Amino acid sequence: MISFADASPYIAIAGMGIATYATRVSGFYLLRGLNVSGRFKAALDALPPAVLMAVIAPVILTTGWAETIAAAITAIAAYLRLPLAVTIIIGIASVVALRAVLN
Amino acid sequence: MVCPRGAGLILKRREFLEGVADLAPVLVAVIPIGLLWGTLASAKGLSVLESVLMSIIVFAGAAQFVAVEMWQEPAPILLLIFAAFIVNIRHVLMSASVSRHIEKIPRKLHPLVAYLLVDESWALTERRALRKPVTLAYYLGVTLPMAFSWYVATGVGALLGRSLGNPAAIGLDFAFSALFISILMGFWKGRRTAGVLAASGGVAAATHLAIDGPWYIVAGGLAGALFAALAYDGVDRT
Repeated sequence: MISFADASPYIAIAGMGIATYATRVSGFYLLRGLNVSGRFKAALDALPPAVLMAVIAPVILTTGWAETIAAAITAIAAYLRLPLAVTIIIGIASVVALRAVLN
Repeated sequence: MVCPRGAGLILKRREFLEGVADLAPVLVAVIPIGLLWGTLASAKGLSVLESVLMSIIVFAGAAQFVAVEMWQEPAPILLLIFAAFIVNIRHVLMSASVSRHIEKIPRKLHPLVAYLLVDESWALTERRALRKPVTLAYYLGVTLPMAFSWYVATGVGALLGRSLGNPAAIGLDFAFSALFISILMGFWKGRRTAGVLAASGGVAAATHLAIDGPWYIVAGGLAGALFAALAYDGVDRT
């Protein structure tokens, strides 16, 4: 006989999965049938860089100088059009070095 | 053309491999983080089966770390579901944005596209869309190895049950910031972009300091989009 307590982890996992999937699929229907142009298009075009920036803002702006400076170094590497893998390695190496020096 | 079907397959294979190549540096960071999550989950009392099921069904790193933090027996079901929803609400913005670039992918596969839409793959897909149309082959290349690595790494972590060390000690916690910064630079289009980033970064950092939880991503993303709408000067850019 399976009790509620035994089943609760599976119910929780299923519910978390549905909640997560809902967030991932809902955006597909938000814009369906809408005419995307003008001001609205400008806003949507800005979403990818705006969301990327928002995700990293706490790390690069509010954690400490090591992270902020490492972020600037990474941005320069990316601006120089170095390959993605090289840019990431430069970012990781800078943060490790700066944390060792500054902390 | 002698063999159009074969030529199409070769093209698809190449696009898939381009996706895998773009994703490869990300996997180097995802695997140790997946191992770490598995060990934390097992320390909190999740069985290996529960850990792997969560990785397959939820498939969301940040939400899974939060869930393990809150985990107890019996599981606080409604709290866990609510937390997963809040942590993942940023995906609404990501999926709305990416939905404009997947017209080459058959609509009946869009439910699969949604399941696979994690932050890193989303960012790489947006980057791809700047240069080329996003095909199903490319999207699978940039997502399937991610899913597979996450299932296996979290499962192995749960099996081992003890931590292999903290990824922050070797700077791997910064890998995602570095990935996002380098993708971000691809969207740079001069002063207008600087305004978007200043609005987004400023609002996100302030929200993060003011309110607990992951609201800062949605607040910053909307602030950046709002700035772009206000700065719109009547000239449509592509």
